[in-house]
Amino acid sequence: MSYITVKDVSRQFRRNGGEEFTALDHVNLTVEQGEFICLLGPSGCGKSTLLNILAGFEQASSGQASIDGKPVGKPNLKYVTIFQNYGLLPWRTVEKNVELGLEGKDIPTAKRQEIAMHYLKLVGLEKFAQSHPAELSGGMQQRVAIARALAVNPDILFMDEPFAALDALTRMKLQDEISAICREEKKTIIFVTHDIDEAVVLADRIAVMTPNPGRIKTIIPVDLHGKRDRTCHDFLHIRDKVFSAFALKQEDATEYYI
Amino acid sequence: MEKIKHIGGSLLVLAILWQSLALAGGWNEALFPSPWGTLKGLGELLSEGVLATDIGASLGRFFLGYVSAVVLAMALGLVLGWYRSLWNYINPLAQVLRPVSPVAWLPFIVLFFGIGEMPALVIIFIAAFFPVLLATVSAVQEMEPVYLKVARNFGIGQPEILGKIVFPAVFPRIATGLHLALGTAWVFLVAGEMAGAQSGLGFLIIDARNNLRADWLMAAILTIGVLGLLLDGGVRLLEGRIYRLWGLKKRSGVS
Repeated sequence: MSYITVKDVSRQFRRNGGEEFTALDHVNLTVEQGEFICLLGPSGCGKSTLLNILAGFEQASSGQASIDGKPVGKPNLKYVTIFQNYGLLPWRTVEKNVELGLEGKDIPTAKRQEIAMHYLKLVGLEKFAQSHPAELSGGMQQRVAIARALAVNPDILFMDEPFAALDALTRMKLQDEISAICREEKKTIIFVTHDIDEAVVLADRIAVMTPNPGRIKTIIPVDLHGKRDRTCHDFLHIRDKVFSAFALKQEDATEYYI
Repeated sequence: MEKIKHIGGSLLVLAILWQSLALAGGWNEALFPSPWGTLKGLGELLSEGVLATDIGASLGRFFLGYVSAVVLAMALGLVLGWYRSLWNYINPLAQVLRPVSPVAWLPFIVLFFGIGEMPALVIIFIAAFFPVLLATVSAVQEMEPVYLKVARNFGIGQPEILGKIVFPAVFPRIATGLHLALGTAWVFLVAGEMAGAQSGLGFLIIDARNNLRADWLMAAILTIGVLGLLLDGGVRLLEGRIYRLWGLKKRSGVS
């Protein structure tokens, strides 16, 4: 039994016109503890829907997703999601944002502050503890969100295109940081992205997804032995493999036009 | 500096137009005062302490009526916005009551509360209540969904979520409603104080009229305008600060 199991999961939406739209079509996936999985695909391929089902924000129309042997229930502190638009609370200071998840637990104030400062140091923002999110750049805000997620010591991090709103250089820097932090903290990560390079840099395995209906087309293992040099030969080789996985899809599609 | 120039310029234009109107009309000073006559009247009101007393009385009533309306409307709006099915029942009622001028209720207000202090308070309350209620409800209904997800993820349940997440998350939009309500309520202050209040700027207006003191009347009108401007400026400042802190762009608009 794998740590995370997605078995035959489908998800249909009813669009405004009343027609049915299949976001996920009989998707199967297994993830081991401590693995870093990227769900990679264009918009509409159901990658965010799959993430939301695993995180407990949405329910599958059919099939079952389970974590650690139990069917996915309500969202809780063991599985924390990081969003593209950060989801920070702008009226709270950075430190109070990081403490958010600790408030429901029975932890004294001083200990809460200590934990918050520890994770702010980890993401290099201890100097900004008393700032408000609006005073920080996008990259810094996402670091606060990561610190907030790590502060509750979750087993799994779900990341929904967390770096999509950042500029290219900031994105690469954060990719390296998150990769190092998560391997250090031994978290299981499900990471949604539409950026091929990002997936190759981060993932242990890449689930390549295609739209209409949303399916996992293939799973590509990234065997880079921990070396994540964006210019090395192995990196480019895997990048090529991902490209060809998507290019096949295009060839399929052209048949319809003949 | 620019601003002072603008204000000074517009005051000058006003004084010239006003003086020419007074000269061209040739009315008795008791019917239409000149700018100078009004200034003298204002001086009189100030030196006798009448104006200060009336301003104090009006502001006291205004804040009592406004603050109680705002607190109630925000609390109610938060709950009604959150429980959408409940709002579907209340919404038609609110839409019917909202366009009715608070002054229209006056006979019933007098019937229920008598004359004197209460009518002014109640009218200010009604004037401020609906803009804040509607702003709060729509702000809650259109809240950024990511806040909800964060709350669910971090184990913040109901009803805690309303105070801890929803209210602060939508507060900038409520603040815009607060700003709007302040202006509306101030407009109705005078009407409210005309129903038997024995002090306040509305009373001063009635009193000046009854005594054929058009200079006092005009001075009272100017005072109401300037105080309204100051209140508006204060709230605008606060609103801007809230928008900055929340990292939002202030809606631009002429107001």
